[in-house]
Order: sequence, then C-alpha cells, then structure tokens
Amino acid sequence: MAILINEATRIIVQGFTGKIGTFHAQDMINYGSNVVGGITPGKGGQKHLGLPVFNTVKEAVQQVGAEATIIFVPPAFAADSIMEAADAGIKYCVAITDGIPTQDMMTVKSFLRRFTKEERMILTGPNCAGTISPGRAMLGIMPGHIYMPGRVGVVGRSGTLGYEAADQMKALGIGISTSVGIGGDPVNGSSHRDILELFEQDSETDLVLMIGEIGGPQEVDAGIFAKESMNKPLIAYIAGLTAPEGRRMGHAGAIISSTGESASEKVAILRDLGVTICPTPSAMGVTVAGMLGRI
Amino acid sequence: MDIHEYQAKEILAEYGVKIAEGGLSYSPQEAVQRAREIGGSVWVVKAQIHSGARGKAGGIKICKTHDEVEAAAEELLGKSLFTHQTGPSGKVCSKVYVESGTDISKELYLSFLIDRAHERILMVGSKEGGMDIEKLAETHPESIKKIYIEPAVGLQDFQARKMAFALGLETSQLNQAVKTIKGCYRAMRDLDANMVEINPLVTTVNGELVALDAKMGFDDNALFRRHKIAELRDKTQVDPREVAAAEHGLSYIGLDGDIGCMINGAGLAMATMDMIQLAGGEPANFLDVGGGASAERTEKAFRLVLADKGVKAMLVNIFAGINRCDWIAEGVVHAVKNIDMKIPLIVRLSGTNVKEGRRIIADSGLPIIIAETLAEAAEKAVQARNQMVAKIEGGHSGNSN
Repeated sequence: MAILINEATRIIVQGFTGKIGTFHAQDMINYGSNVVGGITPGKGGQKHLGLPVFNTVKEAVQQVGAEATIIFVPPAFAADSIMEAADAGIKYCVAITDGIPTQDMMTVKSFLRRFTKEERMILTGPNCAGTISPGRAMLGIMPGHIYMPGRVGVVGRSGTLGYEAADQMKALGIGISTSVGIGGDPVNGSSHRDILELFEQDSETDLVLMIGEIGGPQEVDAGIFAKESMNKPLIAYIAGLTAPEGRRMGHAGAIISSTGESASEKVAILRDLGVTICPTPSAMGVTVAGMLGRI
Repeated sequence: MDIHEYQAKEILAEYGVKIAEGGLSYSPQEAVQRAREIGGSVWVVKAQIHSGARGKAGGIKICKTHDEVEAAAEELLGKSLFTHQTGPSGKVCSKVYVESGTDISKELYLSFLIDRAHERILMVGSKEGGMDIEKLAETHPESIKKIYIEPAVGLQDFQARKMAFALGLETSQLNQAVKTIKGCYRAMRDLDANMVEINPLVTTVNGELVALDAKMGFDDNALFRRHKIAELRDKTQVDPREVAAAEHGLSYIGLDGDIGCMINGAGLAMATMDMIQLAGGEPANFLDVGGGASAERTEKAFRLVLADKGVKAMLVNIFAGINRCDWIAEGVVHAVKNIDMKIPLIVRLSGTNVKEGRRIIADSGLPIIIAETLAEAAEKAVQARNQMVAKIEGGHSGNSN
C-alpha cells in the first residue's frame, strides 16, 4: 500500500505551466507518477506536456478525477491555492513553496479544521521536498533514483537530510515504503505525529525513521504517540546539536525559543519515551539496519 | 525581523496603545533638546538596540536634570552593549530614545505570539511585569495567564476582559485595557508580526495603562507585502555577514568555531555541523546555499565563509537533487581558482551526477580533499583543521625564535 500516494494516485500540478512547475511535472511523469493534468488560472483548455490545463481545481477533480495535488505557486498566492484544493475535494496536497507567511498558514489550518476528519484534505509542507513511494509514485522534487523500494517509513523536515538518509539506506540494501517531507516552517500541514499515525496503519511499513530538528514541540509529540499508540519501532535523529539558542538555522521553524526545543533536550526526552536514537546523521542507515535485524 | 523599541511604540500608539511622550536622538545635544520638548523633571534615556535585558546591561538611565540626560546619551551613543541575547560581540547603540519619566504604580506583562503547537495566536499576561517571563514561567507558572485566539474568529472583547482581570486591573481601567489588548492584537494581525511584547505594561499612579517598553518581531516571509515594516530594518543591529548573505539569497549564521561550512539545505547543514562537532571540531558558521547553487552563488558563498579570518579549514557538503554535482563541482573549482584559498578545502558530493562531479574536482589539479560520506567529510575536515593549526603554531614559534 505505502501511504499517501501510489502508482494509481491521480495527480495534478498547481502552478503547472510555470518554469518550476513544468520542470518537476516532467520529472514526476518520468518517474512514473500518474500525473493527469494541471492548474493555471486563465490557461484552462490548453494542453501542457500533453496534459489538460484547468482554470480551477474543481474542474480537474470533476473532469480527470484528480486526487492529489502539488503546489508550485509563489508564496504570496500559495495559501489560496492550498485552500482551493481542499475546497475542491482533493485528498492529499504537497506544498513545495518556500516562504509562505506564517499567518497565511494559520489561516490555511483554520480553513482545514472546518472539514470533518473524513473529508479533510491531508496537507504536507510547505517548504518541503514532497513525498515519494519509491518505485510507485513521486509527488515532489527529490532525486527519485536515490530511493529504493522497501518497508521502512521515513518522515522528516529537511529535504537534503532526507536524501542523505535514503542514500545511506540504499547503500545497505534497505528500501523505503514512503518518505514524507513535512517541511521546515513553524506552522505546517502535517506533524511528525500525523505521519506516524499513517505509517502505524500501513501494512507495508515495518518501522519508521523520523528525522527531526531543533525548534517546536513536534518531535516530542511524535515520541509520546510512539510510546502510547505505536506497535512499530521508531528511530529518531534530531539535527542541530551545535545550534545556538534564539538563532534561526535556515528553516523558519528551526529556532530554539523555549525549553525542550534544543536537540539534546529532544534526544533526552525521546530516549525516555523509548524511541531508538540515531546518534549521528551518518548512522541513520546503520541504525535502521540494526533495528531491522532485530525484528 | 526585529525592530527597535521606539519603532514598536510608534506602531502600537497608532493602534491605540498609550505610550509615554518621547523622542529619538542621535547626539547628546539632541537628547537634551528632546528632554526640553518633553518637559517635566524626570526623563529616561534608553539605548536603542535589538535586545532585551537592556536595563541590566546599563542601557537604560533615569535622569533628573538636562545635564544628566546629556551625560547619559554621551555614555550610550556609540557604545556596544552586551546582554545574554546579543552574544559576545554585543550590539552597538547608535541612537537613544528619550522618554518622559512615568510614575509607576504596578508593573505588568503582556505579550502575543504564534503558538506552534496550537497553530493559533497566544496571548500571555502576568501581574508580575518587568521580569524575565521565561524564568517566571518556570518558578511561578500559576502567575501566568494564557489565552488562545482563533485567527479566523479574532480576539473577542470577553477574552480581552478576561486578560484585564487576570492582570489585576480595576474596573475603571477596563475600557483602556480592552483597547490596549485589542490594539496589540490588531497590530500583530495587520502587520504580520510574529511577536508583540510589552514588558512592562504599567499602571501609573493616575490609574493609566502605559506601555513602558515594547518589542515587536515580524515574519520575514511576509515582508514582501509589508513594505513600511521592511523599511524599519536596522542593518547595524545584524551581523554584516548575515546581511551580505541575505542579499545573495544565502542563509548564513556566524558561530564561534573555525571550520567553515557550505551546505545545501538547512537540515543537512545542521547535521553536518553536528558531525563536525562529533569528530572533535567546531563549525565556524551555518551556511545554506539552497537549491540552485550556480557558479556565481558558490563563489559568493566561498567568499562569505572565508571572510571570517578565523576559519582554518572549509567543508563543502552538497547532496544534489535538483542541483547536479557536476555543476556544483565546476562552481567550486571556479571559486577556488578565483579566490586563491590558503586553507584546506574538503568537498563531499552526493546525489545526481556524482561521478562527473568528483571527476571534475580530481581533474582540476587543485589540492581539494574529496570525501565520499558525511562521516568521512567531517573527519577529514577536522584533521585538516588540526594540521593547519599545528602549521600556524609551528610558524609562530619559528618566528619568535
């Protein structure tokens, strides 16, 4: 099954005809993703990359049965595009856009809360590399070839650190069921915990690697969920041991602003919760391998 | 983005928050002029720097004569102030705010911030103003009142009243309290602030509610639509290297170590810095070159890292996704040739077109140390740094003999 996307998922691209949207749409098609069209308001009715362009997400849902979307819309308009997708009945949205104002994301989250849980679109990102179910579908901007299909779930904030994990695992012959980037912003669509819930229910995932970082309560929250409600093992790495307090380390969300948010504090709390800690970023592959040997 | 106290006060005053009469000055003479204009018999001269805890650092002076105002301004202007928030380099004070003295009855605390866990705006208040709120939260959590505000609905009057009562205000002060609280919230929402803090918010002996200090922080991602706020940026309060980096779309933070870093992606950058520390070294900086690392951008990044003269070795770690290792390698070779590097360079490339990338570096004939894995890169960087330090120390002792 994998989670969120597979080879059958009907995908559209918002910001389809722009330079970035075009490049990554083509890349996703090459990977084997089932891209069925795209949205650029005002260009409806045209063809792009041999696929239909729609003015609205609603039309794409009605005419080509769009289920998932990926957002390449510039920051000023991205929140609006996400809400349009949710309103149109899209099930899953990846927001790649970096630089969306935090208060816009709060509005998006308020908007999503109006739906019942069953009808609510799942959002991952913004400011992320997307989601990939290796060998099946890619809804993102990652280099697909570094991911091997398999049974380990990966969830992380950072794009390139996620690539590093996939690469280390592939070198050891370990594959991934789905890898989900939740993004580096302070307010984001899904938390680590939200994604762990999906992995826990997925019959094709045996264990999960969580790649966290300094700032915010999400990693600890995920650890509590793992202790209380997960049967599958959870491994965690937390980046940012050397990060000073009060400084934003690239990601808007990577800032230590209160107690419990530093890397060492998070590691200590997670360890107490029974999470297996990956001690260094170069040991992500071997820690997963060790755990797989024990299952 | 942070702004100064006087700027935050000007903004909040427009939103109905009462502030003491005051004026900005760039010289001691101007400070006296401000004091004359304000009148009265007590003035407060306040250093305008981007940091809290200015009082403890000697940045706030109470004056009873014009001569004292002049002396206070003389002492503060041009001086670097050090607080636990400024770091060891301090923040230079290039302007002072002269304010009318306030007859304080009680000091309170009021702030608004974005609560990440609840994805709402959190209003925090306490009767215990003037203190470090984080310490207060640890020692007397019961004295802190928290009210969550649903952004789609906005702050309601009853919530403002609830806060006013929690602050221990009198019924006669209620209207002004609601106006003050709602004004702060409106300013936060209208201007894309991510933080508004009034510490202390005071009641005067006349029963008025006055913002004695004010701090506002803004969402960098929203500055594109807040031009007036963006203009309030004071570059003297930010590390010049960070300013230069931002102009080239790079994210740079100077640190205390001596191994320079250039990495793509914030998470990988933090992880690489962790690896350097685990290998026994200390990173000199955080530097995320982002996605499209062109040759030009790579050279800018190199110059930025090497501008820190304390750097003894440099580590480049790129995991190419959209990027390609061969492009990066060309950029690195180009930069090294242009800059005339005098310290060892360790390059680790991975991802798209990695073989071509490594070949370009090997063929360049430059003394670049290649590493294949993250761990190897960090170890080689620390090794090269140690050799460099030994060489410098050897050189020094040779000179002195």
